[in-house]
Amino acid sequence: MLSIFLKRILLAVPVLIAVASITFFLVRLAPGGPFDAEKAVSEQVMKNLNEVYNLNAPLSEQYFDYMSGILVGDFGPSFRFPGRSVTELIMTGLPVTFELAIYSMLIALFIGTLSGVTAALKRNTFLDYIPMSIAMIGICVPTFLLGPLLVLIFGINLELLPVSGWDQLPGDKILPSLTLGFAYAAYIARLSRGGMLEILNQDFIRTARAKGLTETMVVTKHAMQGGLIPVVSFLGPAVAGLLAGSFVVETIFQIPGLGRFYVEAAFNRDYTMILGTTIFFSFMIVVFNLFSDILALWLNPRSRDI
Amino acid sequence: MSNSSSLWSDALSRLLKNKAAVGGAIILLILITLAILAPLIAPYPYAYQDLDLGASPPSSAHLLGTDVLGRDLLSRILYGARISLLVGFIATTVALFIGVSWGIIAGYFGGKVDSIMMRIVDVLYGLPFIIFIILLMVIFGRNLWLLFLAIGAIEWLTMARIVRAQVLTLKNQEFVLAAQAMGVSNFAMFKRHLLPNILGPIAVYATLTIPQVMLLESFLSFLGLGIQPPMSSWGTLIKDGVESMEEYSWLLIYPGLTFTITLFSLNFFGDGLRDALDPKTSD
Amino acid sequence: MKYTFLALSLFLISCSPSSSPVDLSVESKVFHYGNGTEPQGLDPHIVTGVPEHHLLLALCEGLTSSNPRGGESLPGSASSWDISDDGKIYTFYLQEDGKWSNGDPVTADDYVWSWKRILTATLGSQYPDMLYYLVNAEEFHNGSIDDFSKVGVKAIDKDILQVTLKEPTPFFLGLLSHYSTWPVHKPTVLEHGSIDDRNGQWTRPGNFVCNGPFNLKTWELNKKIVVEKNPLYWDSNIVELNEIHFHPVSNEMTEERMFRAGQLHVTNTFPSNKCEPDIQEKNPSLQIHPYMGTYFYRFNTKNEVLKDVRVRKALAYSIDRKKIVESVTRCGQIPAYSFTPPGSNGFYPDTKIPYDIELAKSLLKEAGYESGENFPVLEILFNTSEGHRKVALAVQQMWQQNLGINVELVNQDWKVYLSREMIGDFQVSRAGWIGDYEDPNTFLDTLRPNRGNNKTGWNNFEFDNLLIKANATLDQAERYKILMDAERLLIDEMPIAPIYTYVRVYQLHDDVKGWYPNILSHHHPKYLRLERD
Repeated sequence: MLSIFLKRILLAVPVLIAVASITFFLVRLAPGGPFDAEKAVSEQVMKNLNEVYNLNAPLSEQYFDYMSGILVGDFGPSFRFPGRSVTELIMTGLPVTFELAIYSMLIALFIGTLSGVTAALKRNTFLDYIPMSIAMIGICVPTFLLGPLLVLIFGINLELLPVSGWDQLPGDKILPSLTLGFAYAAYIARLSRGGMLEILNQDFIRTARAKGLTETMVVTKHAMQGGLIPVVSFLGPAVAGLLAGSFVVETIFQIPGLGRFYVEAAFNRDYTMILGTTIFFSFMIVVFNLFSDILALWLNPRSRDI
Repeated sequence: MSNSSSLWSDALSRLLKNKAAVGGAIILLILITLAILAPLIAPYPYAYQDLDLGASPPSSAHLLGTDVLGRDLLSRILYGARISLLVGFIATTVALFIGVSWGIIAGYFGGKVDSIMMRIVDVLYGLPFIIFIILLMVIFGRNLWLLFLAIGAIEWLTMARIVRAQVLTLKNQEFVLAAQAMGVSNFAMFKRHLLPNILGPIAVYATLTIPQVMLLESFLSFLGLGIQPPMSSWGTLIKDGVESMEEYSWLLIYPGLTFTITLFSLNFFGDGLRDALDPKTSD
Repeated sequence: MKYTFLALSLFLISCSPSSSPVDLSVESKVFHYGNGTEPQGLDPHIVTGVPEHHLLLALCEGLTSSNPRGGESLPGSASSWDISDDGKIYTFYLQEDGKWSNGDPVTADDYVWSWKRILTATLGSQYPDMLYYLVNAEEFHNGSIDDFSKVGVKAIDKDILQVTLKEPTPFFLGLLSHYSTWPVHKPTVLEHGSIDDRNGQWTRPGNFVCNGPFNLKTWELNKKIVVEKNPLYWDSNIVELNEIHFHPVSNEMTEERMFRAGQLHVTNTFPSNKCEPDIQEKNPSLQIHPYMGTYFYRFNTKNEVLKDVRVRKALAYSIDRKKIVESVTRCGQIPAYSFTPPGSNGFYPDTKIPYDIELAKSLLKEAGYESGENFPVLEILFNTSEGHRKVALAVQQMWQQNLGINVELVNQDWKVYLSREMIGDFQVSRAGWIGDYEDPNTFLDTLRPNRGNNKTGWNNFEFDNLLIKANATLDQAERYKILMDAERLLIDEMPIAPIYTYVRVYQLHDDVKGWYPNILSHHHPKYLRLERD
């Protein structure tokens, strides 16, 4: 197992370098620069601005400077926020997005496993379709529709929860986590349902039933452990995906997270910020994939082929 | 030879038992028909503005109401269906093509080829796709085909991974080893042995990718990167509807319901397909 | 499982907010400001946007202060001033008890050093041209001269500042209310960086020092910026607020909900879809005020068809402006028949742009495109925004129906749109211009030949001469006559087609007093009060 672990880490390095390089050139290809503004500036001023950020240097020189900076952990200054470094901005947004991702994941797990297991046990009946439908709300209703709808009901009409913010008013973490959680509940539901169905068909389950164990014992003690392995494999990429995909929820609920920073950087052509966050997300994806693969391996040594 | 014929008929009977999947399929057929017939059945051209009328609730002249520029909502939903479904199908087909070929080649040949190909997939996974799409939109101009390509170019990655995993499982099975021993060419191998057995998961995944693509398109519309006006997809209609959620609720309810029902249908059908084709989960 | 559910519902119920932030503010005097996008920074010589401006109005102050009720400038950090007879020399007498927030007195040297800073090329400021009216300022900025003492600003005494202009610039005092001319605290800047260090750390909470009614307390990125009352400010006894919380809310729907939930005293904007129903219901919080800005369509006069003035006029005459403001934008905008918004410091252009389809058609025919024949497909470029899209759709339909030409809409994201406009890669593009100070010059100047903001390719030297003459005229009435000629010439040549005059649409809570609508929408926090009737 250790050798697989090390091999994966080693392979991750060229991946990250490639991601950084491709992004570096990609962002500079997109028209519109970080300092283009409604009020046009003279060529002189533009030249001065570019000078400060070394944008007048030949591309290869900029590339080399940037890559050597990354190797020592220096992602450069943000173009959009003078005086702030990319690392600082990432560190500001990351804890928030991470927290949002965790709460969403918990809600997704709750809704997803509940629905998936119920559906597997009551296959092809209404108790299969209804729980799955609830779980699937998140992938059939866009988040930018679900979010405002929940806000309208719970925030405005019932006045139970705050309509925006994170960590500012009590209870303001509930609606965003719920909205984002729904988006992933469907995948968890599918995975747990599929996993449960597969396990439930196996011999040792028939044996357990034959032995006279109650259905509850069969399900909880024997089936769920094995049946939920696919869910565990999915957790890694899911959290990584949540980190990157939280943008819509962060915009609707005004959450100061990394997703929002990231998309705004793209629209503002904040080159260093785009690069920094991309590399960071890639790194997170690699780490989480590795983590959940190891977890899955540990739980079920049979799945070694990937 | 694999006894695929009885496999398929088994699958079909299992599928028919799944009421949700059948319901989904029927709804889909109706929607696709409506979308194809849109130019014939839509009461108004989708771009026609009646500025004096403005936003109005459903009436006899406009069955589902009008939007703030006085455009008929029913017509726009019908035409929007064409765009959304088109985006879904074509982008998925693009993803299918690239993903399946990639996955088969990587999985079958294994070794270095596999390693390099999958590392490329890993790299592409980490790219910021918003920049990627802005870039494409700008360099090649904004048009519908480009949008399909862009979205398809994102979705093929997961398709490749899944196909590769399938191929890896199949590769070591007896009938493949036997065919190799008999000296069957690689191409014939793909065509006659691997492809039929992969078809199932591919069909399932494709059916489940279409709603994902449609959701992605709506997300792009939310960011302002999707379909350009005056055309609109369900995604842009919903985005407009959300903004007038309280004042002109019909602008949200009808497109929202249509979109959601379509996606539910696609998902239930896809899930049903998967259930039907996967022997491990049959009772 | 059961217990989790119970706990969850109890949690939900117990967490319902009892008093809203706005309710609590009646006692605490904390103002909640909905401030749009997250400010880029706080350095007045570097930032360029409106959210930053709102913050700087609280934190710093310039020589003059714009009048919250509109019109003539008020004293700011200068208590009075003299202007020489030829209009070229201004002598400013600084406030006796003007202080920086750390106790240092505000001196004339501070201004000299600050203006040197913004004119230092390596700082990369985007607004140095605000000070180009000073003798030798432009030359210092572009490196023709090295010695800043040759530039027209001197400290005559500790608190007397003398400014020498190239021309008698009649709008100079108004210009000084723009934040790029405001001072910065030299020791603080130099302690955390050099004079031209763009990434200096002097603007961080704890380091920041300025001369305005409030001090920077905390800055949580993308969450909230808090400023608190500065007791050392020279006019601090009229300041009634204790704190201002600036909330960066970029989504207008979310902001509207926050206002309804009592989380904000004032919003940055208002969803246009709600204008009509809320106007009808007479929403008491809804404010609609004329704003010094014009929404217009830019023509690329280098384009093969748009280079003909008859074509441009035909296009301009076939836009039904009334219909656009009544049925498309619907938030109280005013149709525009001139480039400079009427009422800019008493300037009322008398130009007319008729909505005359027959006239437009005949002009088009004269130009050789009868009924739109042989007219190439025209593209309207605009940046992604609901509002721009709707106007473009309406104009597209008007041009297609009225003139029989084909029009395509090109929607690009903000930066792409800007860069395309800059390099002239467009035919018709949507544009807007907001005045920097209250004078027609801030508009007309932009369309002078070879100005960066011109972007139309229209280089008219008769127009240029009129403006040069106007800028050298001291008498307001005389000057306005010349500017009127310029405006008339502009509308006759139509390099741009004005569509409507902006309005500021936002919500303001009843508790807020001391908030006066003005055409520049400058709302000085020092005058604000929170009182509940």
